[in-house]
Amino acid sequence: MKFKLKIWRQDSAKSKGGMKRYEIDQVSENTSFLEMLDILNEQLVNSGEEPVAFDSDCREGICGTCSLTINGEAHGPSHPAAACQLYMRQFKDGETITVEPFRVRSFPIVKDLVIDRSALDRIVQAGGFVSARTGSAPEANSTPIPKHNADLAMEAAACIGCGACAAACPNASAMLFTSAKISHLAFLPQGQAERSRRVLGMVRQMDVEGFGNCTNTYECEAVCPAEISASFIAKMNREYAVASLRERMGE
Amino acid sequence: MIGSLESRIPDGPLAEKWRKHQNNSRLVAPNNRRRFEIIIVGTGLAGGSAAATLGEQGYNVKSFCYQDSARRAHSIAAQGGINAAKNYPNDGDSVYRLFYDTIKGGDFRSREANVYRLAEVSNLIIDQCVAQGVPFAREYGGLLANRSFGGAQVSRTFYARGQTGQQLLLGAYQALSRQVAAGTVKMFPQTEMLDLVLVDGHAKGIITRNLITGEIVRHAADAVVLATGGYGNVFYLSTNARGCNVTATYRAYKKGALFANPCYTQIHPTCIPVSGQHQSKLTLMSESLRNDGRVWVPKKKNDHRAPNEIPEGERDYYLERKYPSFGNLAPRDISSRSAKEVCDEGRGVGETGRGVYLDFKEAIARLGENTIRERYGNLFDIYGKITGDNAYEKPMRIYPAVHYTMGGLWVDYNLMSNIPGLHVLGEANFSDHGANRLGASALMQGLADGYFVLPYTLPNYLAGQIGKRPAPDHPEFLRAESEVRGRIQHLLDLDGARSVDSFHRELGLLLWDKCGMARNAAGLQEAIERIPQLREEFWSPNGGVSVLGKGETFNQSLERAGRVADFLEFGELMCRDALARDESCGGHFREEHQTAEGEALRDDDNFADVFAWEYQGNGKPNEPILHQEPLHFESVQLATRSYK
Repeated sequence: MKFKLKIWRQDSAKSKGGMKRYEIDQVSENTSFLEMLDILNEQLVNSGEEPVAFDSDCREGICGTCSLTINGEAHGPSHPAAACQLYMRQFKDGETITVEPFRVRSFPIVKDLVIDRSALDRIVQAGGFVSARTGSAPEANSTPIPKHNADLAMEAAACIGCGACAAACPNASAMLFTSAKISHLAFLPQGQAERSRRVLGMVRQMDVEGFGNCTNTYECEAVCPAEISASFIAKMNREYAVASLRERMGE
Repeated sequence: MIGSLESRIPDGPLAEKWRKHQNNSRLVAPNNRRRFEIIIVGTGLAGGSAAATLGEQGYNVKSFCYQDSARRAHSIAAQGGINAAKNYPNDGDSVYRLFYDTIKGGDFRSREANVYRLAEVSNLIIDQCVAQGVPFAREYGGLLANRSFGGAQVSRTFYARGQTGQQLLLGAYQALSRQVAAGTVKMFPQTEMLDLVLVDGHAKGIITRNLITGEIVRHAADAVVLATGGYGNVFYLSTNARGCNVTATYRAYKKGALFANPCYTQIHPTCIPVSGQHQSKLTLMSESLRNDGRVWVPKKKNDHRAPNEIPEGERDYYLERKYPSFGNLAPRDISSRSAKEVCDEGRGVGETGRGVYLDFKEAIARLGENTIRERYGNLFDIYGKITGDNAYEKPMRIYPAVHYTMGGLWVDYNLMSNIPGLHVLGEANFSDHGANRLGASALMQGLADGYFVLPYTLPNYLAGQIGKRPAPDHPEFLRAESEVRGRIQHLLDLDGARSVDSFHRELGLLLWDKCGMARNAAGLQEAIERIPQLREEFWSPNGGVSVLGKGETFNQSLERAGRVADFLEFGELMCRDALARDESCGGHFREEHQTAEGEALRDDDNFADVFAWEYQGNGKPNEPILHQEPLHFESVQLATRSYK
């Protein structure tokens, strides 16, 4: 297969970037999208041009490292999937493909297609955990958890932390990411003690990082590789309302 | 040699050793803990859990990872589950049985005391993870569910769909995040360790490169912990993440740490087969699939019919035929080798002939498609995305791939290497899995080391080290820094013609061929001759590797070049170890040593030892020195491993 590529190139966080055109030929349809970029990079190295910087690690859709906007969509045209799970057979022969990084103000560009998502780590540090000191845990089966709740918690916990939700959102909101963690822990008895503190801390950090708010466009849910449901955002809003009311009442 | 090769296993009965050791180990008082700085490299299950726990205890921890977030370490990709001896299914499990299965699974090439301790703390791990909110699978009554895994006749594996590694890692990451917020742990993401610094023979710091800015930094500490994973990517194609590398442990080896059993590599039987030359990685299909899937190939050679057209009578369910009591759940090394055998006979399936079927037809008929979807849905989806095939309708095609490495830096019972102060955890050490690791044991070991072993053994070292932390401008630090800078400059100065990946691919193919699922002396000799040539080509001032860009910026070619340069040295060490170990055991199958039925033939009289290699330089006449630690078996009888 043959493709025309338009790829975002930017030297560093401070420099100005722009789209650059490349062509690539003789790509097998079983090549993954990232392998196609590997082949392009090999060509660039052979011709003395610096390869395109892009992030990837596990290449099986679980580590959440990939951060490509392909043809204007976070993670590309095939959902649910991370960019590393795309194969060239999903594109038309001869197609022009544009490749950009996730575009979110809170994810500054490091170089070319690589971005800085440390904002997401800081949201988790603001309360996305259960304070369970190592060695102090009770016997695991001492607290039964209804299967339904455990399953719901798992659905929320499946988030891979890629940030595609924020990239797809017209408001650059990270609410799908944040609500997934809040919901995961709110569904479980272990998460109850810090339930209020958690939602207040994480939502406030989300604002500090400059992410926008949700206006129900559901773009986040549409691109999420882990199929996290936007209904968790509604759950987070309820959790936040209750917690802030309690806070105001001095509870 | 620095330090000693003494395993420091406490005496006394097996079941009392760990308790006794804990009681006799030195402690650091709470008010002294904040005086210590601990460096932990790697944020996977082992490194992440260790950093969180030591932070909770009040130490100052610096935690490093090459990824952009601690949550992305490759433990995240583990699918199937984690073992523990809870015996919730009431099927006869116990700490002893988990210990015995693990030591037998490792083909009697691991230390009894380490493995027993692992089995002992396994139950605490489950308690800890549940308390953190890890959403393990549950029964309708609300209690935890279990499933079975290869190499065991009990159900002792806890799981969270097919994403157990992800959930356990997020548990550790969240505990780590809590400590970052509390100020006890400082995170250094996108930072790579490029050298270990020794002061007066003790590990007292590291040299790192910030992958974003290219800045080289000296970090001094009271102790250094490496939890940097395995070296499977030496084969280029493996199920490891692209960034996984041997650099941290290899540089420690070059500073005097012994590398133990590097030839013990695990080739996982159920991966998606290789499809083309530009493939960048292989994808694992969890072994848990073998609970319900049946492995088969056609009885006839070169049978190109579609699988559904091959009648029952013309199929060979070879694992069930050869190993009736374990069947499709035979251990990984045995299953992989059997797949290679049938493909070598010309009975492999798929375009390349390097594949076997994993068939769910019978399970779907028995349990219904919904049950199968509930158990393995995400795995079937992954398979569909990669191959374009629907495994609910036709059997999966699978083939073995490099997955895990049992070898690693040598450590004693305290998880301390022969270099005082240098501790090594998880896949990066060699200690618990012998010559073959059983499924669902890697997660167990990573978390055991990080949550429940190191926090007890590290104070034993630290107690004697109060006030001994050197300043980061100590001459040893300056020397190490200038070596690191020199090496980077050397790579950038090479005006070569070949990409880093092309060297890596060539090395990988060579190792897969000569030091993969089956090895022999002639092939290993060949590799030992070829690798130094390849290294020379890599470093050649003209025609060698091409590293574009600058050192003081984000430069992925430079990162990879440094890692591949280390693989080009390490690959030779692996072949030397495989050649020296003139027996077959577990994942190390020497063709010269097999039974009439083609099973691995151990030589306990001569090789019931750990091989630990000491660096002397590269190539002749500076070959590495072999040290041997004899393995003593007091509680188990060395038996021929049988899964028939």
